[in-house]
Amino acid sequence: MAEAVISLRKLNITFGTRTVLNDIDLDVYKGETLAILGPSGTGKSTVLRTMIGLLEPTGGSIYIQGEDVAGLDEDGWNRLRMKMGMVFQYSALFDFLTVGENVAFGLRQHTDKSEDEIQGIVHEMLELVGLPGTEKLYPAELSGGMKKRVGLARAIAVSPEIVLYDEPTAGLDPIMSRNISRLIKKTQQQMHVTSVLVTHDMQSAFYAADRVAMLYEGNIVAIGTAEEIHSSTNPIVKAFIEGRDIKEQVIK
Amino acid sequence: MLGNFCAAVGRATLNACQSTGRIMQLFLDTAARLKQANAKETVRQMSRLGADSLPIVLMTILFTGMVFALQTATEFVRFGAASSVGGIVAIALGRELVPVLTGVVVAGRIGAAIAAEIGTMKVTEQIDALKVMATNPITYLVVPRFLAAVLMMPVLIVFANGIGNIGGWVVAHYYAGISNFTYINSIKVFADIFDVTGGMLKSMVFGAIIAIVASHKGMSARQGAEGVGLATTESVVLSIILIFVANYFLSAVLYV
Repeated sequence: MAEAVISLRKLNITFGTRTVLNDIDLDVYKGETLAILGPSGTGKSTVLRTMIGLLEPTGGSIYIQGEDVAGLDEDGWNRLRMKMGMVFQYSALFDFLTVGENVAFGLRQHTDKSEDEIQGIVHEMLELVGLPGTEKLYPAELSGGMKKRVGLARAIAVSPEIVLYDEPTAGLDPIMSRNISRLIKKTQQQMHVTSVLVTHDMQSAFYAADRVAMLYEGNIVAIGTAEEIHSSTNPIVKAFIEGRDIKEQVIK
Repeated sequence: MLGNFCAAVGRATLNACQSTGRIMQLFLDTAARLKQANAKETVRQMSRLGADSLPIVLMTILFTGMVFALQTATEFVRFGAASSVGGIVAIALGRELVPVLTGVVVAGRIGAAIAAEIGTMKVTEQIDALKVMATNPITYLVVPRFLAAVLMMPVLIVFANGIGNIGGWVVAHYYAGISNFTYINSIKVFADIFDVTGGMLKSMVFGAIIAIVASHKGMSARQGAEGVGLATTESVVLSIILIFVANYFLSAVLYV
């Protein structure tokens, strides 16, 4: 078994009286893409935001590359974040910077690379995501799919070891969703990154991920390869895959 | 009934204390990160705050100087005190009117823009994107705006004093018939360079208030366009109130 790059142990998150994550255990192994699949509002994005320190857990532990992140200060988190990239649900591109400047942002902030080297990497990343020649455009001039791809280019420009994807295909047409899923797979294969993909898009999860974890009401109800999830007899998983009302199925 | 009233007062007091604490914390965090300021971004913000605000500041202060001269000159000439008009206008402008009104104009123009900009970044996850990219949002966003506000406000004050006094002189001379010599001599006799430099000092404090309050409100914006709108309005209102409060205490320390 490969080493776990991200480990969650008894991770618990509550907002007020509402429990969003209920003592979940999860391992993400080196070089794999793990998809966290589930209906909207079940805490998928919360898991992701906790993994990168945007949310503090109420209880439990998170280990990134073996390091317990509990009590890490800002510098400690930044040291870890230099090895991580994140693609946001709504892209979160800096709207006052051009596409090229967005992709170059991490390189300019945290490396000593020359401007020529940075431009070379920006060009290479935009080529990888299929958007060559868009360096001078502003985010407002891009379509939703293009923004997601620039978001991915920005996330991987700093050569991270871990990439987190928050609903990368949400709001896109099926063709663009497929393109983004291909890009996620291509990124994993070319850059050998460990990825966590949070999505409610089954096609994307089954296509891009090596393993799929099904999250429902703050609990991981199933985990396995795409085939294992497809053939699962778990009523929640079956209901989700077949597009039926999960609550009704659980009551039955 | 009384219980509800007390609870409401208590809640409002707690909220005010919490907000004050957060603003102070942001100010301290910003002050601690001044050395890490990005020079290019700071210059960009200075140009935006200074050059772009200059026309509206000059327009406001020109008419303020003119109306102040209009009110004082008419009465002072009636009482035979025409030789005091220039000095009174210059002192009032330099010590109080220019710094306070420039602060109000900048709070409305630049403070609102800062709150809206940072608020939009907050609700569109751009601030989270900064954090994820190991970049501190205070260093990247607040420090350049804070420095720009603190450094450019005194520059605006210098120009505003100039135009305000010109406006005062025009009205005093052409409307009230006060001679050029009397008006200028009055400024020389009554006013002091400290009337202007004191105002510049005040304006630096007002600049700090505007930048910190606007950044705080922007960073606390809740989801959606409504949240950004609310943050912008709250930023302008709170900045203006704090400018008036700070102005009283600064005047008491500097001029009394």
